Amino acid sequence: MSTHAMSANAADANDFIVREDHHPENGTMLGFWLYLMSDCLIFAVLFATYGVVGSNYAAGPSPADLFDLDIVAVNTAMLLLSSITYGFAMLEMARKRTNMTLVWLAITGVFGLCFIGIELYEFHHLIHIGAGPQRSAFLSAFFTLVGTHGLHVSFGLIWLVTLMTQVRKHGLTTENRRRLNCLSLFWHFLDVIWIGVFTFVYLMGVLR
Amino acid sequence: MSTVNSHLDAHGEDTRNFHGHDDGHGEAHGSFKGYVTGFLLSVVLTAIPFWLVMEEVLPSKQLTIAIVLAFALVQVLVHMVYFLHMNTQSEGGWNMLALIFTLILVVITFAGSLWVMYHMNENMMPLSVHEAKNLP
Repeated sequence: MSTHAMSANAADANDFIVREDHHPENGTMLGFWLYLMSDCLIFAVLFATYGVVGSNYAAGPSPADLFDLDIVAVNTAMLLLSSITYGFAMLEMARKRTNMTLVWLAITGVFGLCFIGIELYEFHHLIHIGAGPQRSAFLSAFFTLVGTHGLHVSFGLIWLVTLMTQVRKHGLTTENRRRLNCLSLFWHFLDVIWIGVFTFVYLMGVLR
Repeated sequence: MSTVNSHLDAHGEDTRNFHGHDDGHGEAHGSFKGYVTGFLLSVVLTAIPFWLVMEEVLPSKQLTIAIVLAFALVQVLVHMVYFLHMNTQSEGGWNMLALIFTLILVVITFAGSLWVMYHMNENMMPLSVHEAKNLP
């Protein structure tokens, strides 16, 4: 800012210096985006691992034996619904309505909890029938990939509750809005990863 | 005179910049219509692949896999545009640049691993009895 004032003071000839190019003063959103991209690489590696060893059953059960697509469809619906309710929370935030923002965030949290609950039920069921991560390379890769995604959603939920407390205490301040924006990117990003999971792991697994 | 003017200019631009920042510079928030459009598209793009696989609509598995993958790609794009508000302008284009770079890495990692490991599996298959007998 001071540089700008000085250059404007110096001469009009210096007009070419950053007149239109509004430099992002706060790099948080860009930095968070870069974090998401590196997270994307983690998932790419896990997807590749699953793709390589996904058909090594070690004479154990195959995806078609194990996966219940009804449950996966319900799970997908939960995550998709939580995505749009987070979107509604962001819209209320833009209108500066604190209470409605909190309500939509709470609904998002409930859908997220349902997702985690259903996934834990599925994992518990698989381990219970002897198809745990130590059964075959396919199941190891499956539990690592889907479990990493589930872990991300769990941490997203913790983050969500933290931010709800912050918003209730301090209101929709600039800082809180920035944090909510970051979580918005995170949450929608996890939904994008889930598209890959249900397509590549579940649907194509049952087809194989 | 001109000095005063440029001062004013600078000041005016500063406030405008600040205002733009406060109003949501870099934090692209969508519209209600955008979110609902994205949601409805996602529902359709999710439901069709599940229906195709669960009801075994198509006779060919290869064709079903191709269609399911195509739907997933389109849905990722829908999410990027309507939920993550990606465009070429956000953060001065750096978001898009980082995304393209990541996509290149993802494609290399993913396609490369599958390609290499598939061929390795093919070439390292255990010998059949017939092949073992006729070893040179």
